[in-house]
Amino acid sequence: MTGYVVRAVARFVLTVVVTAAIALWLLGLAPTPVGSAQADLFGSFGSAPIGAALAVTLPLILIALILSAALGAGLGIWAARRPGSLVDRALRALLRIGGAIPSFWLGTLLVLLFSATLRWLPAGGFVPWQVNPLVALSSLILPALALALPQAARLGSMVRRALVDEKTAPYLVAAEARGLTADAAMRRHGLRNALLAVLGALGPQLVTLIAGALVVENVFYLSGLGRLLFDAVATRDLASVRAAALVLIVLLAGAVLVARLGAGWADPRVHAERKA
Amino acid sequence: MTDTLALLRTGRFGPSRFRIGAIATLVLLLVGFVSIVWTPYPVTSLDVGSVLQAPGGAHWLGTDQLGRDVLSLIMKGILTSFVVSAVAVFIGAVIGVPLGWMAKIWPGIPDRAIGALGEALLTFPPLLLAVILAAVAGPGVLNIMLAIGLSVAPAFLRTTRDGLVAIERLDYVAAARLAGTGRVETVRRHVLPNLSPLLLAQIFAQLATGVMAEAALGFVGLGVQPPASSLGLLLRDAQSYASVAPVPLLLGGLALIAIVLALTAAALGLRDGLPGYLRRVGDEP
Repeated sequence: MTGYVVRAVARFVLTVVVTAAIALWLLGLAPTPVGSAQADLFGSFGSAPIGAALAVTLPLILIALILSAALGAGLGIWAARRPGSLVDRALRALLRIGGAIPSFWLGTLLVLLFSATLRWLPAGGFVPWQVNPLVALSSLILPALALALPQAARLGSMVRRALVDEKTAPYLVAAEARGLTADAAMRRHGLRNALLAVLGALGPQLVTLIAGALVVENVFYLSGLGRLLFDAVATRDLASVRAAALVLIVLLAGAVLVARLGAGWADPRVHAERKA
Repeated sequence: MTDTLALLRTGRFGPSRFRIGAIATLVLLLVGFVSIVWTPYPVTSLDVGSVLQAPGGAHWLGTDQLGRDVLSLIMKGILTSFVVSAVAVFIGAVIGVPLGWMAKIWPGIPDRAIGALGEALLTFPPLLLAVILAAVAGPGVLNIMLAIGLSVAPAFLRTTRDGLVAIERLDYVAAARLAGTGRVETVRRHVLPNLSPLLLAQIFAQLATGVMAEAALGFVGLGVQPPASSLGLLLRDAQSYASVAPVPLLLGGLALIAIVLALTAAALGLRDGLPGYLRRVGDEP
């Protein structure tokens, strides 16, 4: 276990160092605007309010992650109960289509429906948490939904497939032979294993979710990391781009690290993966 | 490659999913190609007299905020999406396939180093690279082709490496080697016919990824720049005017979803037709 943790952390460090080096090298190629002092490599991070931006982006990602995990697992389990049944086929089609919906497009539709037409929720903007936490939370609901629904569809497809694959596993056949019903065997033994398989593949999904969050922020005028990054690009504020990009690199690699550690903690077989 | 085509012709690749996906892709591609020679209205013609018109009349799908014909914009946008994604996937394959092959034939440290590189690329979404390139060189379509290309390279790397590992385990490959068949001949006769359908499935899957990435990057203004048109750019404009004219937003999004679904169906159909020992190759780790 410890060897696995050390390897995972080493990969995290390696990924951060390699990608940060590439990012800094590319940004170093930019011509220095006349009249502005070129900041040294690790010097000034500009005036970018990174902390305030993360206070928007991190909760957004977290809410979307929890929503999509709950919804995706639920839909996937439901579809996998009777593979090939009408429910399964309908859900599979729904999940497939849902996974193809761009979150930023869904976001604009949600604004049209819930903000412009029904006027239930704010269309955009963000009130800082210190001012009014409830309003701050309410302005994250629609963006989190826009992010979570397509992500839930993708996760649901993965969960369903892992469960259906698991159904033919010898240990489930054995469990049924011992007298458990198919559903009970699935609940007691299969579910855990199938969800472990999904957990092991979560890293790339998290990367997609984080990148999606930065785009969706743009739809809702949320002053998060994405807005900061795009505004900095628009004004060619290289110091802010550098700061935001480095924070983002650590965030992305950190998410992959957490996913990997989680998979290793839940499933000891992952440790032996490299020996195969 | 001839074997792949033969398999497609004999219909072993599943009757339904691949064909539906491939035909839908071809139809959409045709719409895109038609836009090169003909669109209902030129997309560069601004008509300030008829901005944000509802569908019907002279403009079947209405006009945007500059008076441009929405149908024409969507046709051009479909072409842009395909072209950007195709170039990106080409870049990804050119980087990924040789690296995967090298990882397979040089086990040990090179294999691990290439694997680590692939993983680093996986944690580097196209968005981040596109932002950095835009900050350095200004936004542009070349940036996003490169950014998307690098982000799809790991998929090709993994597919090639794991595919080669799976193929080498086959009895008839071992038999060919024992019978004294040369290396090049074994690759030509046994390895490539197995690997090419696998890579073809991955190409379709990554084209879908590329189309989605192009739309997201175009939407935040990092991709194709006006007056050129792309689906992402169309949605960006449409968003601002959605409460007045929702039709471009809806149709642009639906066109995007149609492309992604068509390409995904083709990829999944191809995967259905693969032999069992290859079906899982190239899945996410």
